[in-house]
Amino acid sequence: MCGEVCVVVEVLRGEVKDITYIMLAAGRQLAAGLKTKLTALLIGRDVQKLVAQLGAADRIVCVEHADLEEFNPDAYLQVLIAVFEQHAPRLVMFGHTATGTDLACGVAHRLRWPVATACWTFSLGNGTVQCSSLTCGGKLIANGPLPEPSCVVTVMPGGYKAKDGQVHKTPAVETVSAPGLDQVRTRFKQYLEPPAGDVDITKQRILVSVGRGIQNKDNLALAEKLAAALGGVVSGSRPVIDQAWLPTTRLVGKSGKQVKPKLYVAIGISGAPEHLEGVAEAELMLAINTDPKAPIFDVAQYGATCNALELMPLLTENLKR
Amino acid sequence: MDIVVLIKFVPDLVEDLEIDASTGLLDRSFLRLMPNELDEHALEQAVILKERHGGRVTVLALDTGDVDEALFTAVAKGADRVIKITGDGFDQGLGSRRIATILRRALSDVRFDLILTGTQAVDDLDGFVGAFLAADLGLPYVGYVTQVAAADGRVVVRKEYPGGLNAEIEVSGPAVLGIQAAERAPRYVVTSKVMEAMKSAKIEEFAVDEVSVENEFAISSMALPESGTHAEMIEGTVPQIAQRLAALLKERGILA
Repeated sequence: MCGEVCVVVEVLRGEVKDITYIMLAAGRQLAAGLKTKLTALLIGRDVQKLVAQLGAADRIVCVEHADLEEFNPDAYLQVLIAVFEQHAPRLVMFGHTATGTDLACGVAHRLRWPVATACWTFSLGNGTVQCSSLTCGGKLIANGPLPEPSCVVTVMPGGYKAKDGQVHKTPAVETVSAPGLDQVRTRFKQYLEPPAGDVDITKQRILVSVGRGIQNKDNLALAEKLAAALGGVVSGSRPVIDQAWLPTTRLVGKSGKQVKPKLYVAIGISGAPEHLEGVAEAELMLAINTDPKAPIFDVAQYGATCNALELMPLLTENLKR
Repeated sequence: MDIVVLIKFVPDLVEDLEIDASTGLLDRSFLRLMPNELDEHALEQAVILKERHGGRVTVLALDTGDVDEALFTAVAKGADRVIKITGDGFDQGLGSRRIATILRRALSDVRFDLILTGTQAVDDLDGFVGAFLAADLGLPYVGYVTQVAAADGRVVVRKEYPGGLNAEIEVSGPAVLGIQAAERAPRYVVTSKVMEAMKSAKIEEFAVDEVSVENEFAISSMALPESGTHAEMIEGTVPQIAQRLAALLKERGILA
């Protein structure tokens, strides 16, 4: 694995997550440019059955242990450190996700490697690997060279297509035994399923989604009326859910639902990358935001910078005519 | 249960961000800074735990932005001890690794069972302060935490996955937790309570010398995103915009 590009496979409840394929697509390009191999590091219990889905890699390094069945931050970290102490890749790629961000810094710190986070594209230039990261809520792009000889990165979706990393072929598998895991300080207890019973926003034809710009809970009624006039339902971005103005089942974005409505009306949503991850498949998007530089306008087809609280009742009225 | 909370100041994203032509990096000269939102959630979670289990909450922040106001506000919300870390070059924006190193030094005489901070900050580029600090202190780290429960010397956290799924993870303390959201929205305190805190509380200062960090990832250039596409903007008065949008949706056959 020394000098190679290594993708740390993300598995949740026995399923390979899309971010893995996005990383494999990125890793494939980089490995070709660097004239090296692409390794996928697969950690879990009874995960060898997944290797046929990871054909984009040249080979798989597989670590299996009963205590690795579900994600366990401290146990996974100890496994990663043990593996990378033996072989130092040129690049280690984690998803910029709930699991990847638990691990990237711990690995980097222990092995004294640098880490670059929220990377969405990579390129080869000036004799080294350059990365571009989206930062400050998507309002800024930061570029920098990934230091040699080894570097850790966390990868965000957007720069590469998952389907380019989906190759059905079984690469060579090398099994590595897990280190002793008796000193692990975190323990997976159980999953808590999402609350059932509410409308499923992933199945809605029309969504009126509200963000911070809605200002207070009372203004939600305006969005409810607009949604009713359109024949849709109300969903929201993170700040609105955190305020408990809407239930978590209505959250659109990275930590919520990926929606694919015919119409997505974004009210007072700036369009941070975490939110945009959830709306990539909306057919038509209309955005209302007072900030003309809000990233949401880069993905919406139609936009307006007027006061959404004034607009919503008027739009509702016009739709009813 | 004694809890440490770390608050980082980040650019206020409501303001326009500009690139400094001479450095090619974010122009920090007129930058408005504000406490990172997830760090405010970390503070809320810490105060909730204190209310439930007793103990002390200590809040640390680097000397940037309106740090005094943020620390007095933390006192008004329930923090017992507030520490401002002073040093050179903080206004230039420090990397997460550097901040973690500084915090470890500042924590050398602070007792704690848990350290809470935001899972990430909006301007993180070289990793996350909480995760680095955990590694630096040799403690376990769990991020994307939305609930923390303590019983019998054990801590059980709720970790958030996409789609509304959560996992319960037990952590043997001490530990560092990256908070994604407090179990309820951060409390609001009225100005008079902050003024009261300014009179009664004292901000401790801790000076750090320059820290060196080996093998740091450094940004060489920044840019404002230039999207290939942009929304067609509807201009006019609000009634005109409403009329135009309604007509548009009808034309596109969206309405059932």
